[in-house]
Amino acid sequence: MAYHSVREAMAAFRRAPGLAVLSAMSIGLSLFVLGTFGLVTYNVEVTLRSIERRVEVVAYLRDDVSAAQLEVLQNDVGSFPEVENIDHVSKFDAIRDAMQDLEEFREVFTDLEVNPLPASIEVQLKSEYRDPESVERVAELIALYPFVEDVRYGREWVEKIYQLRRLGGAVAAILGIAFAVVAILIIGTTVRMAVLARREEIIIMKLVGATDGFIRRPFLLEGFITGLAGGLLALLLTYGAYLAVNGSLIDLEWLPPLWAAAGGLAGGVLGLAASDAALRRHLITYA
Amino acid sequence: MIKLINVYKEYPRSGLALKNVSFHLRKGEFAFLIGPSGAGKTTVLRLIHMAEQPTDGEVRVSGYSSGRMKRRDIPKLRRRVGMVFQSFRLLRDRTAAENLAFALEVTGARRSEIKGKVQRLIAQVGLAARAGAYPEELSGGEQQRIALARALIHDPVVLLADEPTGNLDERASRGIFDLTRDINSAGTAVLMATHNLDLVRRYPQYRVIELADGAVVYDSVGETSEPNGVS
Repeated sequence: MAYHSVREAMAAFRRAPGLAVLSAMSIGLSLFVLGTFGLVTYNVEVTLRSIERRVEVVAYLRDDVSAAQLEVLQNDVGSFPEVENIDHVSKFDAIRDAMQDLEEFREVFTDLEVNPLPASIEVQLKSEYRDPESVERVAELIALYPFVEDVRYGREWVEKIYQLRRLGGAVAAILGIAFAVVAILIIGTTVRMAVLARREEIIIMKLVGATDGFIRRPFLLEGFITGLAGGLLALLLTYGAYLAVNGSLIDLEWLPPLWAAAGGLAGGVLGLAASDAALRRHLITYA
Repeated sequence: MIKLINVYKEYPRSGLALKNVSFHLRKGEFAFLIGPSGAGKTTVLRLIHMAEQPTDGEVRVSGYSSGRMKRRDIPKLRRRVGMVFQSFRLLRDRTAAENLAFALEVTGARRSEIKGKVQRLIAQVGLAARAGAYPEELSGGEQQRIALARALIHDPVVLLADEPTGNLDERASRGIFDLTRDINSAGTAVLMATHNLDLVRRYPQYRVIELADGAVVYDSVGETSEPNGVS
């Protein structure tokens, strides 16, 4: 039975090689658009993640904070589920960093008799808690300590990054679905043409008692192979586009292997689904 | 073996095709199904082959019932019911022998069993010398013989023939009919839809069921009066 399916699917490619190549190319091109978009989305994601890693809550401490109070604060905040890491920046560290970072003011700092910069703790959050609500919640909790003078966390850009990420996700989903539908329609039309071209053969199969599964399998295999070929072509084109752009226009990261494999395989799965849908509509009974 | 019990068939566009049709075709029986075009002969054959479902009533074929029939059982039924058409329905790109082999291949038969069976059947219909010919190289009568051989490939209990001689000249028609009688003599029941009344008159020993406007108007075994009483 498997032998028959493979033989018939291969015979279909031999009978109409032009149609098979054209379908695989059409699927490849529509998935290529999807692949390029996936590459862009992935790189935006990578960039956003690196920016997000810098999301931190800074709590400035009063000058009269005692070592015991500081320890309590560090222990308390360290036990928050959102918190990944805490760094203590003493008044001395603060002025040293300022002198290093702001070289033009070095003399101003040197002339000072009293260090005006406060000590602080810098709180880094776990990646899943870098959304605006979580950051704000942690900042508010830290602000409740009486020896905490002020809390800063760059509210505006935390919100912007978050919005950008959500927008990226939504656009990726919409475009992804649109191009998947295009690929399904192309494969569906191809299989429908193949079914119509072999209508008489299908009628005879039904007439002599072939099961639906037996009749459908070669067409499903044909759809899967066409889709897979399209998926691999798309992967190749996307990689070509990546090589062309990377380094010359901007620095890009290539897709993780799982994404790339899923993209190639998606072509095959789409081919299978489209063939199945086309067969359901056209393989009802004999005339 | 084949029972139609108060069968109605209605199509959404063309309306009622069969009205209260009942008859019982017994094992090994030969019956003609006659009537003008549009009387419902083909619909009856399609119902028996389960290519259609009755709108009302029941069709029973060799232990299967239209009412309880599952889709996956239809192929099993069709292996017990052979069918031939006026238009032969052979695959043009395959030889006579390949057309027969195809019918076995698609039902999952073993390759070793296919060759022997094809040779035996092709000899049975008298075309052993033409096994390698393509349909277009065969006469109409020869094509119908191949179609008959294909219909017999699964050793069916009944052969349904839809105007099998409709496209053939007198001599070829007689040859096909004689072959059908041989098939019947070997134990296969035959239900033959035909316009050829000469043929029907020539063989008065066979049962005749006449349809008009979708209803049975005559049955030579006189079962029309008590459709549910048949056994």
